[in-house]
Amino acid sequence: MSLSFKTFRGGVHPGHFKSATEKKPVAPARPPALVIIPMGQHIGAPCEPVVAVGDEVKKGQKVGDTQAFVSAPVHASVSGKVVKIAPCNHPLGRPVKAVYIESDGQDMWHEDVRPNPDWEKAGPDELKKIIRSAGIVGMGGATFPTHVKLSPPPGTKIDYVLVNGAECEPYLTSDHRAMLERPADMITGLRIIMKTVGAPKGCIGVEDNKPDAVQALKNAAAGYSDIEVHALHTKYPQGAEKQLIKVFTGREVPSGGLPSAVGCVVQNVGTCIAVADAVCFGKPLIERIVTITGSGINEPRNMLVRVGTPMEEVIEQCGGFKPNVRKVILGGPMMGLAQPTVENFPVIKGTSGILCLTNLEVELYDIRPCIKCAKCVDVCPVSIMPLFIGSAVEQGLYDRAESSNAMDCIECGCCTYVCPAKRPLVQWIRMSKADIAAKRAKK
Amino acid sequence: MEAKLVVSSSPHLRAPETVQSVMIDVLVALFPAALAGVIFFGWRGLLTMVLGMLSAMVAEAIVLKKKNIFGDGSAAVTGLLLAMTLPPAPPWWLVVIGGVVAILIGKQVFGGIGNNIFNPALVARAILMASWAGHMTTWLRPLDLATAATPLATGVEGTSFINLFVGAVPGSLGETSAFALLLGAAWLFYKGHIDWRIPGGYLGTVFLMGTFFDGSGSLMQMISMGLFHMLAGGVMLGALFMATDMVTSPVTARGRLIFGIGCGFINMLIRLFGAYPEGTTFAILLMNAVTPLLDNLTLPRKFGEVAKQQ
Repeated sequence: MSLSFKTFRGGVHPGHFKSATEKKPVAPARPPALVIIPMGQHIGAPCEPVVAVGDEVKKGQKVGDTQAFVSAPVHASVSGKVVKIAPCNHPLGRPVKAVYIESDGQDMWHEDVRPNPDWEKAGPDELKKIIRSAGIVGMGGATFPTHVKLSPPPGTKIDYVLVNGAECEPYLTSDHRAMLERPADMITGLRIIMKTVGAPKGCIGVEDNKPDAVQALKNAAAGYSDIEVHALHTKYPQGAEKQLIKVFTGREVPSGGLPSAVGCVVQNVGTCIAVADAVCFGKPLIERIVTITGSGINEPRNMLVRVGTPMEEVIEQCGGFKPNVRKVILGGPMMGLAQPTVENFPVIKGTSGILCLTNLEVELYDIRPCIKCAKCVDVCPVSIMPLFIGSAVEQGLYDRAESSNAMDCIECGCCTYVCPAKRPLVQWIRMSKADIAAKRAKK
Repeated sequence: MEAKLVVSSSPHLRAPETVQSVMIDVLVALFPAALAGVIFFGWRGLLTMVLGMLSAMVAEAIVLKKKNIFGDGSAAVTGLLLAMTLPPAPPWWLVVIGGVVAILIGKQVFGGIGNNIFNPALVARAILMASWAGHMTTWLRPLDLATAATPLATGVEGTSFINLFVGAVPGSLGETSAFALLLGAAWLFYKGHIDWRIPGGYLGTVFLMGTFFDGSGSLMQMISMGLFHMLAGGVMLGALFMATDMVTSPVTARGRLIFGIGCGFINMLIRLFGAYPEGTTFAILLMNAVTPLLDNLTLPRKFGEVAKQQ
């Protein structure tokens, strides 16, 4: 069954740029000699190290944790010795405390990591506990702790668990490969999540430019009448949480609300697989699929990379940068974060892709006056007026930005993408959101 | 190498479109109607359009202190649009004054591109109309270029609908050929620069008001009166190229529709009850003035808004 005809308002059609890696199976990266495990790899409270310099650790052993609810522990991804605890670079730009572990080359699993053949007997609370202790976070890039997402406010009834397999970001193919290569584990993960939140129905949405993934998932889900797989119209941002809910259920998440308010929980493909690994095999989240691509890298690939692997090492395993590389983006080109450096910079739980662009593609634009062509209004998936918010922020009028619904922006970037005057609309909206949030916090 | 990495805010992909490419698309869209003007009114028509574009572009380059006179292309569009609303063979100085006035008073005093409230070409036309009414109403018959009255003055009797459609009637340089204007507008539709709401609202209102307030006799006769009002005068040029000017029309979908209907309504009021035979210029200028209001009154419902109130 196809939902191609059903879609959300707005959106854009950038080029796909996926052909460099979409046919390449996921290759395991070389085990790193040194891993850098940052204490903050998620939205929420950062962890504190629970090991000290000189400690011997094993693969899968917890090295950082906290008492805070909105947080997730971090684990060693190799066995070896803690050599230092120091700050490392982080995608959000602020250095984060990290545990540096030198590998002993043994790759020994910690004794707590063992299969759990009886997982089907576990109840929701036990499942949530396993998911938290495995350090699972949303792997699409937002890295919201999964156990928090699976704990809706008391009294909320969850009707649907939706899996986002849209992978609407150009260039990225990590979810695509995961769906092709591990469809059964993904379905298992989805079933575990459905059981955890008590949802009677699970739906998987994949953009219709990935028919092979749709077929693989349909085959894997054949035995389960409560799971549906749908091909969705290929349009950015098809994978945006609230837009996906609208497409599947016709429900609109209230402004400022959470998906649980309309009985939905949305999870990413990679998260489902991580949940299956944690619950069935006891494995914490210590590795992920990363798409290393773009015209600035010599051999674009999909790789299974240990969390904490220095980015330079991953890039070297892809043949290294081309000499004219000018931009390195973590994530996709529409919402990913450009980085000033790859030194002292580990791959973390949310690193879905490393996109390397060359000087031929990296342009710096002159900002021109708005000509009110309204293309940003036409493409906005949440029906706000990016041009008005942009002009307000340009003049420093943050109050006006707030009354123009800046806080409803999902930061998909469609407005900036289409703007013929090359105005950085979503950047301005983000600035106003930070300002408004700070003001609200003061009150 | 590392020191040279560029850090900028997402998105890192941009659509290829620029302000200049949009303006070039508009010039391309105006080409069929401009060509029709040259075919029907000869080299004087060509001269008028070249003078209009040049004077506007030079005026803008001087104001902005830029050497590249084409720039973002918006002055060329303004100059050409102005020339197309003028009689086929006005004195050269009238065209030059028009081009300069369009840029200076129509656009730059408001702060330049994007900030003007009124359509610059129509501002200039209104000023020329008020200053040199005689020159502005000297119409020529196509091909033989004898002085003649426009169909709006002579009325529907004796006007061939075929001539009206292809543009072989007296009138402003670029307004006579509905066929050429529609052809050009199709290009703008295809490129996504205009949608149906403004032209649809405008032409639909003109057709309905022409049919019901100016038509009489059988239904067919009434409908032909509606068609006459759509094809005669400046309505087609106004609805497809003037009212759809991005800067001076609403940005919301509902606002655009109301704007189009308002243009058609005022245009027909002037035609049917006003002192002038034609009202396109003033209809669009008046609606330009209420564009910010329309935008504010027709803001779309944001995602998740109704659900919150339930």
